[in-house]
Amino acid sequence: MDKTTNIRIAGLGGMGVLKAALILGELLFEEGYDVKKAEVHGMSQRGGSISSDVRFGKKVVSPMIGEGTIDFLLSLEPEWSDVHKASLAPDGVVISPADFDVSKLKSAKSINVAALGVLSKHLDIPESRWLETVAKFFPEKLREANEEAFKLGRNS
Amino acid sequence: MMLRGRAEKFNILCMSKLEKKLLSGNEAIALAALHSGCALGVGYPGTPSTEILENFSKLGGTAEWAPNEKVAAEVALGAAFAEASSMCTMKHVGFNVAQDLFFTASYSGIQGAFVAVVADDPGMASSQNEQDTRSLGYIGGLPVIEPADSQEAYDFTRLAFKLSRKWGIPFILRTTTRIAHSNTIVCYDPDSAEPLHPTKYEKDITTHVMVPGHAKPAHKRLRQKHADMLKWNESDESPNLIIEGKSNELGIVASGVAFQHAMEVAPDAGFFKVAFSNPLPVAKIAEFTKRYKRCVVIEEGDPYMTTLLLAGGANVEPRDEVWRFGEFNSDRARAQIEGRTDYVAPVFKAKPPQLCKGCPHTFSFKPLVDLNCIVSGDIGCYTLAAMKPVSGMDLQICMGASIGMGIGLRKVLPEKRARKVVSVIGDSTFMHSGLTGLLEMVYNPPATGHVVVVVDNSTTAMTGQQEHPGTGRKLDHSPAPHAVSIADVAKAIGVQNVETFNPVRDCDKIKSYLEGKLATNETTLVILKQPCLLAAANLAKIKA
Repeated sequence: MDKTTNIRIAGLGGMGVLKAALILGELLFEEGYDVKKAEVHGMSQRGGSISSDVRFGKKVVSPMIGEGTIDFLLSLEPEWSDVHKASLAPDGVVISPADFDVSKLKSAKSINVAALGVLSKHLDIPESRWLETVAKFFPEKLREANEEAFKLGRNS
Repeated sequence: MMLRGRAEKFNILCMSKLEKKLLSGNEAIALAALHSGCALGVGYPGTPSTEILENFSKLGGTAEWAPNEKVAAEVALGAAFAEASSMCTMKHVGFNVAQDLFFTASYSGIQGAFVAVVADDPGMASSQNEQDTRSLGYIGGLPVIEPADSQEAYDFTRLAFKLSRKWGIPFILRTTTRIAHSNTIVCYDPDSAEPLHPTKYEKDITTHVMVPGHAKPAHKRLRQKHADMLKWNESDESPNLIIEGKSNELGIVASGVAFQHAMEVAPDAGFFKVAFSNPLPVAKIAEFTKRYKRCVVIEEGDPYMTTLLLAGGANVEPRDEVWRFGEFNSDRARAQIEGRTDYVAPVFKAKPPQLCKGCPHTFSFKPLVDLNCIVSGDIGCYTLAAMKPVSGMDLQICMGASIGMGIGLRKVLPEKRARKVVSVIGDSTFMHSGLTGLLEMVYNPPATGHVVVVVDNSTTAMTGQQEHPGTGRKLDHSPAPHAVSIADVAKAIGVQNVETFNPVRDCDKIKSYLEGKLATNETTLVILKQPCLLAAANLAKIKA
């Protein structure tokens, strides 16, 4: 599998786009892949549109995803983030909150982790590794809610 | 698309005794500074540079926010005069503030090591311009090194400390948004960490006092250092990299993250990857370009290398002006390599950033809008108030300019219009460069006086809630020995009226107070004080 896989996580500032990218990047890194993750901070965090590119494979070169080459788009706020569909690869997959029952989430803040749960069905990494990594990025009191959110996405 | 099935596992680069981490460029620079025995890191927050000092502090380094970039550079230079290794960090426009120091510190030289990390923002994700620090390094006689990923951010930071000490000159490490904020794998040897360098000060006014009689020979010494650095940069010791192409059809000269984009789309081309970009090894690159039928320079920002290489007779194509604007990516690199200038980046409909719900700034601007003021504004979250729905700001250029620009407007506008002019500045920006504007206001007051409004949310909000001299806390949020009072400073400077209000609760009071003062010929400073919502929440976490 020499091909680089391209994942874009998009949404609005405050939705956990950067957190989801951080979790995904760390997991792929620990799984032994070359990983590059790119994002923009600063003004874009003030509730505006935000996205992060995560690329992984045997050897990743540019940290940014080229046009028409997104393999997985995690569109966390479809009204604003579905615009990235224009950059999907021909067989690219869109993952959005429509893929799971958002009303079952304890907190809407866990949409990012639930979307990772959906993504996990497409990647060959054991569920236990996902859960371990998700747990690492949240304080004790938020772990259970995020584990449930992940499972909601994974079992959707 | 399914990727199920046995995924291959790859171990990249690292030998077993090395540590391996996925780090942002900023995290990698912080770690490298620690391992380089950096005694002191000083800076002013600015996207995309801010996390360097925050991480350096978390790793155990001594890190401080200075009031502005010039002071940060002064402190770092002083430490380097005493043979220490020091670092200062800033965004590209912060370098403009510190430039006065740097352009003569290159003459004076240093006895220790001094690395200035300057983070450019091509494409202006969070900045007011997209200037290129390489060009400034060239003008100021400052050597520039450019990493192309986090591994190089680590390696080149360490190299910059070594070279700075070797040649006795401050080094610029130039990063860009995609280096600073991209995470890539970094391998390093924790056993290679160096201790702090012993310090001492030896008096030598010929190098430390830059009067003309000393600066004239110092300028010649600087140019000799550049000649020596150029020779080294053309040698095999240089961090530059030559990758011969699969054929002699296409050669590419590239630096920084632009190299990654070019490599992505033209992996078979020959590459001269420039890492040490000032002094640029022009003759060596020219020699490389002559081995290829066609050579393209892929660089983000100014045509810095292109111009020097063309002047130096290299076989490179002139760069179309279209590539000067915006951030580079692999699609742009492909278009430039193919000689297409019709490339248009896809425009994604994007929700613009806005002030947080309940942000005190939304309240602060209401009286000004109601009074139909001409608002000379400044840099911070509150700049968003220029846009809808607040629509409460008329000018914004650079840090601290609100006060001077407001005074200028008042001095030339007819009285009726002049009376409407108000300067609005944030608390961190006031500490950064508002004081001198206040001095101007009391020294050369307009005939109608002037009104300055400090929107004080008690933090440096835009860059992620950093501390400043007025918050009473240091970089690591521990107590500072003193919290500067903006009201006391304004009174001491001689501002005639100084008042503090709460922008959320006192809206009507503020409006009538301002209305009264705008009608007088006096100088007035109003502080609208209410903590940033995000900072308050984060501080509660820190205290808990």
